[in-house]
Amino acid sequence: MPSLKDLRNRIESVKSTRKITKAMQMVAAAKLRRAQDAAEAGRPYAERMDAVLGRLAASVKGSASAPRLLSGTGADQTHLLIVMTAERGLCGGFNSSIVKLARARAEELTAKGKTVKILTVGKKGREQLKRGHGDLFIGHADLSGVKAVGYENAHEIAADVLARFDAGEFDVATIFFNRFRSVISQIPTARQIIPASFEDQAAETGGSGAPHDYEPSEEGVLADLLPRGVATQIFAALLENAASEQGARMSAMDSATRNAGEMIDKLTIQFNRSRQAVITNELIEIISGAEAL
Amino acid sequence: MSDMFQFDLVSPEQRLASFGATAVRLPAAEGEMTVMAGHAPVISTLRPGVVRIEGGESGEYVITGGFVEIGEGGVAVLAERAWRRGDDWRGDVQAVLDQVSAGRDSAAPAGDGDRDATDLLIADLGALLKKTSA
Repeated sequence: MPSLKDLRNRIESVKSTRKITKAMQMVAAAKLRRAQDAAEAGRPYAERMDAVLGRLAASVKGSASAPRLLSGTGADQTHLLIVMTAERGLCGGFNSSIVKLARARAEELTAKGKTVKILTVGKKGREQLKRGHGDLFIGHADLSGVKAVGYENAHEIAADVLARFDAGEFDVATIFFNRFRSVISQIPTARQIIPASFEDQAAETGGSGAPHDYEPSEEGVLADLLPRGVATQIFAALLENAASEQGARMSAMDSATRNAGEMIDKLTIQFNRSRQAVITNELIEIISGAEAL
Repeated sequence: MSDMFQFDLVSPEQRLASFGATAVRLPAAEGEMTVMAGHAPVISTLRPGVVRIEGGESGEYVITGGFVEIGEGGVAVLAERAWRRGDDWRGDVQAVLDQVSAGRDSAAPAGDGDRDATDLLIADLGALLKKTSA
């Protein structure tokens, strides 16, 4: 049975924890709004880029002159997994869910005899993957100094990935990130970015409208656009991830705050009961003392 | 009064412009071009330069490259980086130029197609800085 002083201390400490989680929740809510706005603002570009690339890809596909970014290297022996996580923890299952998906994929590919390489973006994923798959790491993009992800960041990562592709370090690249659906639901997603795949868009836009002229040429435009497309997809994933992270943190901190509240209620009841017990005890002592006289 | 069409200028981070225009001048890959309503559908890459919009809301934007999609729905410029002409863009463009110049020699050997493209990009960026400084 804890003493009254112990109980009082515990109540105080839980109260200050609740204050912190409450503050974190509100900060996450504010950041979530900003991240959602950023994701919203980036959407028109990404959609048009996808549509144009899809149309181009559909018309160039099959021809021998198709760029390697589209047609692939002809092999799928070496896979690059780009695992995007947060730089900070305390956001529920956000980081673990991405890592879990990536780990499952890595194991599946390894079992098939493929070579797996991992590029991590964000500190948390790196820490979690280090134990089982540390030997597969080939690079890391550090975003810890970045307040709000910009296209710059995506561009740098894309340049790194494309340089590795040109050097023949891998055949297939897949990005892992959390797609933002709502504050309580983020979906860990894997998307293949190299070789580019646009099947769904191509089907949609295939027949509609007059055919476009291309300047300088279909291949020229495509060769120029594909690297941008990779950067755009990475950027879109970074934005989705940023929104998801804040969403996950918000709901995690919300439940932590609620938990702390329940704990405080429970401890307060226990505290009051113990105090009452002490008072009753003292009264009994006084009364029995008086009766004995 | 000439016909209006929809003009959009988007960068990866935001939508910079979206309004009606009567004519748009673009620094296309194969020379400057002016687009007016009813233009044939074209997709072209863009060189660094100035996009000039005439019509309801005229304006000028500096871009460091990208591409344009001209279709029935209007003209959409997808620029990697873009600034309104009046804004302070000079330092940023200079930074891009420096970065490209620094990577030029290591990127590709002379005579290679990539090298030519890089040289062209450097020349365009330089011209852009010079042209608009007056």
